[in-house]
Amino acid sequence: MIRCALLASAALALAGCAAQQSRYEWGSYEEVVYASYLAHDDVPAEKQVELLEKDYQTARSENKRMPPGWHAHLGYLYYQIGKGDQARQELMTEKTEFPESAVFVDRLLANVKHP
Amino acid sequence: MKISIWFAILLLAGCQTIKPYDYTNFRAHPPRSILVLPPLNESTAIEGTYGYLTTVSRPVAERGYYVFPVAVVDQFMKENGLPSAAEMQQAPLAKIAEVTGADAVLFLDLEQYGAQYKVLSSVVKVEVNAKLVDTRTGILLWEGHGMAQQGSGGSGSLLGDLISAAITQALNKHSDRAHQVSRLANANLFYPEQTGLPYGPYSDKYEKSH
Repeated sequence: MIRCALLASAALALAGCAAQQSRYEWGSYEEVVYASYLAHDDVPAEKQVELLEKDYQTARSENKRMPPGWHAHLGYLYYQIGKGDQARQELMTEKTEFPESAVFVDRLLANVKHP
Repeated sequence: MKISIWFAILLLAGCQTIKPYDYTNFRAHPPRSILVLPPLNESTAIEGTYGYLTTVSRPVAERGYYVFPVAVVDQFMKENGLPSAAEMQQAPLAKIAEVTGADAVLFLDLEQYGAQYKVLSSVVKVEVNAKLVDTRTGILLWEGHGMAQQGSGGSGSLLGDLISAAITQALNKHSDRAHQVSRLANANLFYPEQTGLPYGPYSDKYEKSH
């Protein structure tokens, strides 16, 4: 029964891989977000920014797009470490890249302007 | 061994005869943007809430949708008087639409997350139910169920090589294998052609399905 389950998992894993021809540069985005919840002391906001910016350089060199939400998340991290200008810049980029984000991003921008 | 192969064949055959999902409501209100709320965590693992939440953006975005930044949304809701996933999931849809502009909300219910210990082995299992709801009408657009499990003695390096050492260390310290198994459960939830989440506007395959 366990072996059966393993085979089923393997089939699922393969199905997952086949479907994953990524249109975005995900880098370590989701893992960084998870680490920030699990072990915030080990991965402070400054470290998260550093890791995400590194992914951004990779994306630029490979001419790939960052995923939806990525620039807004980075903007939020910049806001946390007191860098309002970079926060605003990243939020504006999110809005340009993905107009669907405009309502939410405008709300966040209002917070950045009036802390 | 022979028996397990037959089981696998039966399982695969089973997949092919699954009844296709009725996408009538989805086609009437096709969303562009999806807001993923933290899951209701019914498992016994407290890390399940964020361990699972942080695996959902990728499959939904790759399917072709705008996905709001999950951690920013989570923080925003907490700052606005909704401290838990249960309370966030109770928020009025009209309010969510007004505040975020989201076309649809993905409600997740995490049934299982983590290891189940048996006499001679342990199995890490993730099981989740998902409901996608239109924020303007409250209509259910799509729902699905995803499950995956992995036996003991799985790969030592569950995280990709691209993940930095700092992150790997932080995650390994908590050795949350269910986080990786969640990605398999998500493939099972979102990707099946007849029951999964249809392609969205950012997908090359979007036009074909409309």
